[in-house]
Amino acid sequence: MSGLNALWQAILVLVGGGVVGFLYKGLDRKLAARLQGRIGPPLRQPVLDVIKLLLKENIVPRTAIPWLFQAAPFLAFITAVTALLYLPIGSLAPVLHGYGDLVLLLYLLAIPALAMAMGGFASGSPYAVVGAQREIVMMMSYEFPLAIAAVGIAWRLATLGIGPSFSLATIAANPLWGLVGPLGWIGLLFLFVALLAVTPAELSKIPFDIPEAETEIAGGLFVEYSGVNLALFYLADVIKTLVIAGLVVALFIPYGLAVPLGITGVGGQVLDILFFLVKLFGVVFFAVTVVRVAFARLKVDQVVRLYLLPTTLLALAGLLLLVLDKVVMGG
Amino acid sequence: MREKVKPEEKTEELTKACPTCFEVPIGPIHPALKEGIRFTFWIEGERIRKVDIRPGFMHRGIEFMGTKRNLIQVLYLAERICGICSISHPLAIVQAVEQAAGIEVPPRAQYIRVIIGELERIHSHLLWAGVAAHELGFDTLLHYVWKVREPVLDILEDLTGNRIDYAIPIYGGVRRDVPPEKYPKLKDALRYYRSLVDDFVNFFLRDPSIEARTRGVGVLTSEEADSLCAVGPTARASGLRKDVRQDWPYFAYPDLEVKALTPEDMGLEVRGDVYDRIVVRLLEVVQSIELIEQCLEEMPEGEITAFPKVAALLAHLKKAEGEGVGRHEAPRGEVIHYIRLEAGEEAPAVWKVKAPTYSNLMPWYPMFRDQEIADIPIVAASIDPCICCMERVQIVCDGKAETLLKDELLRLSWAKTERVASRVTRQVSPGRGG
Repeated sequence: MSGLNALWQAILVLVGGGVVGFLYKGLDRKLAARLQGRIGPPLRQPVLDVIKLLLKENIVPRTAIPWLFQAAPFLAFITAVTALLYLPIGSLAPVLHGYGDLVLLLYLLAIPALAMAMGGFASGSPYAVVGAQREIVMMMSYEFPLAIAAVGIAWRLATLGIGPSFSLATIAANPLWGLVGPLGWIGLLFLFVALLAVTPAELSKIPFDIPEAETEIAGGLFVEYSGVNLALFYLADVIKTLVIAGLVVALFIPYGLAVPLGITGVGGQVLDILFFLVKLFGVVFFAVTVVRVAFARLKVDQVVRLYLLPTTLLALAGLLLLVLDKVVMGG
Repeated sequence: MREKVKPEEKTEELTKACPTCFEVPIGPIHPALKEGIRFTFWIEGERIRKVDIRPGFMHRGIEFMGTKRNLIQVLYLAERICGICSISHPLAIVQAVEQAAGIEVPPRAQYIRVIIGELERIHSHLLWAGVAAHELGFDTLLHYVWKVREPVLDILEDLTGNRIDYAIPIYGGVRRDVPPEKYPKLKDALRYYRSLVDDFVNFFLRDPSIEARTRGVGVLTSEEADSLCAVGPTARASGLRKDVRQDWPYFAYPDLEVKALTPEDMGLEVRGDVYDRIVVRLLEVVQSIELIEQCLEEMPEGEITAFPKVAALLAHLKKAEGEGVGRHEAPRGEVIHYIRLEAGEEAPAVWKVKAPTYSNLMPWYPMFRDQEIADIPIVAASIDPCICCMERVQIVCDGKAETLLKDELLRLSWAKTERVASRVTRQVSPGRGG
């Protein structure tokens, strides 16, 4: 019975996630266009793009490794969708609550990028190879601050005796901001900034769109992809945007409206979900849309330097402050 | 015996020189390039170790077409050599023909030519700035710059009737006057661009992400610029004070204050990188605004053309005999037109065009040296290449394109000199000495 229930929930989350993902993608494009002084495409443009791609021929280049080339988009799409099921939505626990925690989610987030790199290496084009190399180099530089941010929060929760501390439901239910002292508060702020800085790189958006870099390597990883395969990568990107923003929300701004307003039952849950969507949109808008409008594309060495030095140091400083906070507050 | 270099042999030779390199072809069709040209890069990691540049995809045979038409038709053909420098080529060819046919141009026409030429410089540099921003992945700036480029196109349309391809110069003058009632609108536009200069400096020169992408990238030292004969902003950004308007003044330029601008004029040290090329173009936009203002003040009254009737002009040109060279400082650098007229012929006997990009091709080699893949688009764009305008020769033999190297070209030119010399000794030379 509960299995069937979980299935229904999963279908609901996936369909809802798809709709919201497309909506946010459309909003992202529309708002970026408005910020650039353009009119921009209609909100439904991402849907039309995917429909068009699904109707197009799926070409596998002669120089590619066919099975790897074909498998990569599926892998990216499936892992992105699975990650969505591990996300707490509003005050609701994740659909797959109890079957995996924050660490699993971090891995699930890394797999689409790895799949893209694999697809790039397998497509037999020098542009795609360059793009894949860049994707891997970029991943190696941003995964460390990302991991520090996640681990820092889980560790501080554990020291407070709240568990299971790596469970996203627990993290979302116990916002740390109110539980730590001033030092910890500053530490959390550092981690928050570090995580926001990592977000556009996770999604390969300007200034970190170097694996695709249209004007340099003509789309890089995706240069040989077409039709259904490209549509799957597009969908994976749409869903992954939601997951990353959802992760930021769950780790740092998990507050709901229902409890402070005293609304209980279904009404409260609906309100929380709507508020969650607003928070998601806020993260997408400020960490992706505004950033990609405001900067030029960086070079791979500049990206690595940016993440390995300032961002990692910021995250480490945040972690250190959390440790100090525990010492001061006495856990 | 013509030695042919096969592309495969060349590849092998270069692979031997750098065994860990892999070959990345950019072009002839690539999003970084607006026109067809092929770069072959030998890349080690992300570093460029070697580059081979092969033009020849865009040849249109315009010079040949010119020799089949009368000179007035050739003028409009020249306008269509380049869509962006659509006044520069006509300005160069009218100088060449006026020299060949001995036509005097009224002073007012000289000023109008300068005004239109400098307006074109503003629009061309803004267009370039947008393209450069796009190559850097900074589309916001592209959209901004192209939006503020519209007023100068509107002014050009107001003055000439067209946004592009103005059809203003004619041998002996210009086809349309700039009447005083149009001054206010023109002055408004100039004021508008003056007010934008601070924004440009902020957006392009003080932006950290642009500086990170352009400082120290695509360096061309002044010695290299000099020895490789770079022209235009490319040469000036490397510190060479080289500008046709300053060195060989023509039209109304002798009366105006024109000075070749280098980054030093902005108080910067000359480094010859892409950043400096942005600086120089920005300075030139300001300079163009000043020149137009000066023109509007000093423009004399009077005729705008030596030949009000086209039929009379054509008749005069048909009688003319001789040769002429026209040079103009186009937004991209020096453009040269050579023309040879023969009496009784409506069409020119010879018409030779050298667009600025031709001189700026060789400087690409030192610029690309040890740069990263990510720098390719901006370095390629930094000379403001116009491939179509530059293409002059394409040899296709049995369906295969082939490349002529220096030795072969030397041999061919010696052979031609011999041929011409033997003809000259047989008959009296028709040319004017030398």
